Amino acid sequence: MQRSTLDLWVGLFVCAGIGALVILALKVGNTSGFSAAATYQISANFDNIGGLKPRAPVKSSGVVVGRVTEATFDDTKFVAKVTMTIDQRYKFPKDTTASILTAGLLGEQYIGLVAGGDPANLAQGDTLKLTQSAVVLENLISQFLYSKAAEGDSKK
Amino acid sequence: MATDNLIEISNVDYWYDKRRAILSGIDMVIPRGKVVAIMGISGSGKTTLLRLIGGVMKARKGEVKVDGKLVNKLDSAGIYEMRRRMGMLFQFGALFTDLSVFDNVAFQMREHSNLTERMIRDLVFMKLHAVGLRGAHRLMPSELSGGMARRVALARAIALDPMLMLYDEPFTGLDPISLGVIRNLIRRLNDALGATSIVVTHDVQEALDLVDYVYYLSDGKMVAQGTPEEMRAMKEPLVHQFVYGEADGPVPFQYPSKQYAEDLKLGARHHG
Amino acid sequence: MAERAVFSVRRLGHTTSDIVIRLGYAVRFIVLTLLHSGTSFRRFGLIIRELYYTGVQSLIIILVSGLFVGMVLGFQGYHTLQTYGSESALGVLVALSLVRELGPVVAGLLFASRAGSAITAEIGLMKATEQLSAMEMMAVDPISRVVAPRFWAGFISMPLLAAMFSAMGIFGGYLVGVVLIGVDEGSFWSQMQSAVDFREDIVNGVIKSVVFGFAVTWIALFQGYDAPPTAEGVSGATTRTVVTSSLAILGLDFLLTSLMFRGI
Repeated sequence: MQRSTLDLWVGLFVCAGIGALVILALKVGNTSGFSAAATYQISANFDNIGGLKPRAPVKSSGVVVGRVTEATFDDTKFVAKVTMTIDQRYKFPKDTTASILTAGLLGEQYIGLVAGGDPANLAQGDTLKLTQSAVVLENLISQFLYSKAAEGDSKK
Repeated sequence: MATDNLIEISNVDYWYDKRRAILSGIDMVIPRGKVVAIMGISGSGKTTLLRLIGGVMKARKGEVKVDGKLVNKLDSAGIYEMRRRMGMLFQFGALFTDLSVFDNVAFQMREHSNLTERMIRDLVFMKLHAVGLRGAHRLMPSELSGGMARRVALARAIALDPMLMLYDEPFTGLDPISLGVIRNLIRRLNDALGATSIVVTHDVQEALDLVDYVYYLSDGKMVAQGTPEEMRAMKEPLVHQFVYGEADGPVPFQYPSKQYAEDLKLGARHHG
Repeated sequence: MAERAVFSVRRLGHTTSDIVIRLGYAVRFIVLTLLHSGTSFRRFGLIIRELYYTGVQSLIIILVSGLFVGMVLGFQGYHTLQTYGSESALGVLVALSLVRELGPVVAGLLFASRAGSAITAEIGLMKATEQLSAMEMMAVDPISRVVAPRFWAGFISMPLLAAMFSAMGIFGGYLVGVVLIGVDEGSFWSQMQSAVDFREDIVNGVIKSVVFGFAVTWIALFQGYDAPPTAEGVSGATTRTVVTSSLAILGLDFLLTSLMFRGI
């Protein structure tokens, strides 16, 4: 085979391969943008984190602003301590509320941040004071049943 | 005296397994400019001897000297250095099947020299012309006949004008015409290049017509040596049987076996 | 009886030490190959030539298989997801299975049987026809001239082939899911994009394919280089290449997966 045709084919092959990688990276995956960008870490204590996993998104008003780094158990206060990494571009007041929410009825769990009114902003290493634990389905159902039962009693 | 001998081998032993020697106590000198044959039946150790000279294997005992250098003491860089001045023709040519005839001959020039493509082209055509195959430079090895492949391999072996040519069974499997061509080429190239040639073969008549001197190996030992005329006249039974191709002799026709009668169960009656 | 027992123990010992010796030889072989790679990088044309034979010539089988695997994933995934009413997650299913597992593994298996066996057969034949010895007698090291360029070509083409396999598979899933069945195109892509992470999924998939490429090429080259120089020897070595490298891919895949996705 002629040398130049060989080079041409190999060149096309390498381009196609790299092209496939680029397609995978841009069209199929999300580069999430946080790995390289500047971030700061905050933490929050929850009574119950339900099914929250590391790398779950942290959202505010539905926009992803960060990710959960890790969830550990604090055996002095007996609560779960969740550390999260927030993009440096987003600032939140000190009295922001963190709650563990579920996407849809059976979807993945994430942390929702709702801003408060404090003029000072959260900084690296701060801990959120106001938190709301995960809704555990069993508790919800038993609450519902109790209230139904109570309703029934009052009607008699 | 030492400068006149390109190769000096003294008291060389070689074995894979210490109990069974392949070569033992080999002494051999090959003067510059001569064509020398190493002959012997299959399995007599002649190819091993060739490999010791080429530095493919190292002698377990004794000395192999090529051009004054001890081959068995050279490191791999030294051996590669030495091989650049050696050419070897393999039994079936061993052409690189993925390269054309031209590229096969040019291979060593491209690997070992900084010659321009123009000069390589001229040299390759000269070498191919010497073996009469200048017109075949575009062909691939798969398109060549056995004899042509052997000639191309010969052109490749002389690409860098070696001082020593090694031929491993150059006549095997060739038709009479190709055989004559190869035989003449071996002699002509040797004299034209001022090289020294070693031919390992068991084609007696071809070799005796071609060479200046013969070493005869049997069972790893050098049992006879002499000029072709001396070999033809030799009374030594091993050599006589070999030169005249007799079926039975010191090398028996029968593979070592039990008594014939015993194998045919004829003796069973006496034991029963 | 005791003699028989001694004999079989001795044979077991021999077999074991043979395996260990071969493994040691294989490791020495790959180290030599890596050390003698200088020539191939100085003369990149050598690698380009081999890239053509290992990479370009494996393209057809990789692309066609990728397309079909993706299309099958589209069908099967749709049927399963439909039961839970979450057809929109079809993109996620197709993309994740391809990028994480099927892309590297299936492309690796195809690469082993297409390119790996060809490499073994070629090198085994070069050995059987004394081409390697001839090269050595011409003071050219076969490791740096024959083995190293093929190694790097295999090492480079495997991740590229795996990426093409995955891309083609996702396209196949798209064809079946969106074009044929009619899953919403927007949710197909957006769900895929939000679930597939570049570092966790794509980079890990690429790492897998790099490891497989290394393993397959190493096995193929070694089997060829170590093959007995006869017709049976070469055909046996070719079979061993396909079997050994397929097992190596599956074993390594398990190992890598358990290392990479431990936290999730």
